[in-house]
Amino acid sequence: MRFVIKRLGLFLVTLWAAMTINFLIPRLMPGNEATAVLAQFKGVNPAALHALQVEFGVGLDQNPILTYIQYMGNCLTGQFGLTAARVPVMTVIMQGLPWTLGLVGVTTVIAFVAGTVLGMISAWRRGGSLDSLLSPFLFILTTFPVFFIGLILLYVFGVALNWFPLASNYSIGTNPSFTLEFVWDIISHATLPALTLVVTTAGGWIYTMRNNMVTTLSEDYVRMARAKGLPSWRIMVDYSARNAILPNLTGFAMQLGFVLGGSILVEYTFSYPGLGYLFFTGTTNHDLPLQGALFLFYTLAVLVCVLVADFATAVLDPRTRDA
Amino acid sequence: MNAQAELSRPGAAPGARSFNDAGVRLGKAILRNRKATIGLALLLLITFVALFPGLIAPYDPHAAIFDQQIGPSSGHILGTTQVGEDVFSQLIYGTRLTLIITVVVGAITTIVAVLIGVTAAYIGGMADGTLSLLTDIFLIVPTLPLLIVLSTYLEGSGTVAIIAVLCLTGWAFGARQLRSQALSIRNKDFLESARVRGERRPYIILVEILPNMLSLVVANFLGSAVYTVATAAGLQFLGLGNSGEITWGTMLHFAQQNGALESGNVFWALAPGAAVALLGTSFALLNYAFDEITNPALRPARRRRGKSPA
Repeated sequence: MRFVIKRLGLFLVTLWAAMTINFLIPRLMPGNEATAVLAQFKGVNPAALHALQVEFGVGLDQNPILTYIQYMGNCLTGQFGLTAARVPVMTVIMQGLPWTLGLVGVTTVIAFVAGTVLGMISAWRRGGSLDSLLSPFLFILTTFPVFFIGLILLYVFGVALNWFPLASNYSIGTNPSFTLEFVWDIISHATLPALTLVVTTAGGWIYTMRNNMVTTLSEDYVRMARAKGLPSWRIMVDYSARNAILPNLTGFAMQLGFVLGGSILVEYTFSYPGLGYLFFTGTTNHDLPLQGALFLFYTLAVLVCVLVADFATAVLDPRTRDA
Repeated sequence: MNAQAELSRPGAAPGARSFNDAGVRLGKAILRNRKATIGLALLLLITFVALFPGLIAPYDPHAAIFDQQIGPSSGHILGTTQVGEDVFSQLIYGTRLTLIITVVVGAITTIVAVLIGVTAAYIGGMADGTLSLLTDIFLIVPTLPLLIVLSTYLEGSGTVAIIAVLCLTGWAFGARQLRSQALSIRNKDFLESARVRGERRPYIILVEILPNMLSLVVANFLGSAVYTVATAAGLQFLGLGNSGEITWGTMLHFAQQNGALESGNVFWALAPGAAVALLGTSFALLNYAFDEITNPALRPARRRRGKSPA
């Protein structure tokens, strides 16, 4: 229980820290970027303008502490003002969210499951072809920039072979509907971005899982299981992998921040209109309100996953509960 | 082998090593490990290109004097850019700034990680609590989104700004690793004897603790460099670098913006990407090798099946 409360505390403190960082950046940065951006918002709806003034500290004549409190209130209630195109920030984010959620969610699960299983087998057959060829290869791929893998896949499967579309989330002119045709259209658009993310993250799971397995395989309880004459797959899965997977679970949440960062680059590479692509258009349009809100969204996503992973660890590993 | 080397040194207190010994041991280990040798060779090659780009590049990288956006030909083996610069020359000249950013950020983040991690572990108590919390926060806050927000405000301020934001966001992972390593040796006998001798804290941290963590510090630098290569290039790829300066990342940005892949000018996009990957790989290979050197359990096994525990 203490463990859970401690992690919940970290969740709240980090959320507060991220909101405060977002509040401080426009005020501490040199130059008058924020003033220039806010100058474009003359004559828009006063409530939205006020939200922006509170966030960026421009054109306000009031106590900074009061501004800070107002800012916190706005963040918690989702009032982030307008984007450069004068659309409410939340509306734009909600349009992009499902695409990113689908892309990152599915790829993370695939990469985690595949990586963990491959890492398990890799350690079990140490020195075998999987362990000495495929795993190191995939691990080297994780150090490659994600957009480079994306560009290669885009060129090979998109441009040269023309198997998959080059950009966007579904074909222009198709009507979003629940037909087989449209679902297939979405899948074929998402395949290359998803493949990019899987290829660049699976190696990390393999690597940590393998190394954890190597350690657990030399534990006495594994020798005991062998002595009892248990079938190999039971020793591998129930005795060794089960104990090796715990650190991977903790790493899962940490990895997510990395994956989300990668998804921004992937979405830009494939012009996939999720939150990452919004982030990019935000930079080209100097859309500070959109960027600030997206930063908080990404942080919140990572935080929630960290918390879930912590709870899962507490459930699976009794040792952490009274740590 | 390392254990032998240590045993054969009479008079050395168990566990205590100086910087020199550790350095020699690491040097020997690099030469014995194939991954490390390849990584080092790649890195030296890239460093050579960064030092003497003029020897290799055929043209001035900024000279926009050729036909615009043409594919690879004998005159321009990687083609030309949207304003008619030679892509190959840009690739060669872009090496220097890319390498400088990587090494400087790697070094600074490692120093910050050592200072924060080791200090937290050694002092303990409130200081440890505060520093660990700070580390945790920076670990969780997603790096690239934060970098993008910061860079937007610093747009056009160039290399120093990029280095600064990468350092600000990149130290936390190392600090956590170094902290746990320092925690595990803080109660060793040789530190106790230093305390009894009346040595001051900075002396103990720098002269007694640090040499014993040298391999982890080096591994940390390598890991940070791997991360920096990709992250810096990613930022520049998104158009957040100084577009007036030539780096592999900014080259990628212009290639992407001008549809290099679709228009048959493939190498304009793929060559800088491959260069970034190569630099990352050279650091990663060294890092991978270091893992094996410092953790003997991970060394490649000879047998096909690990029947007996390693």
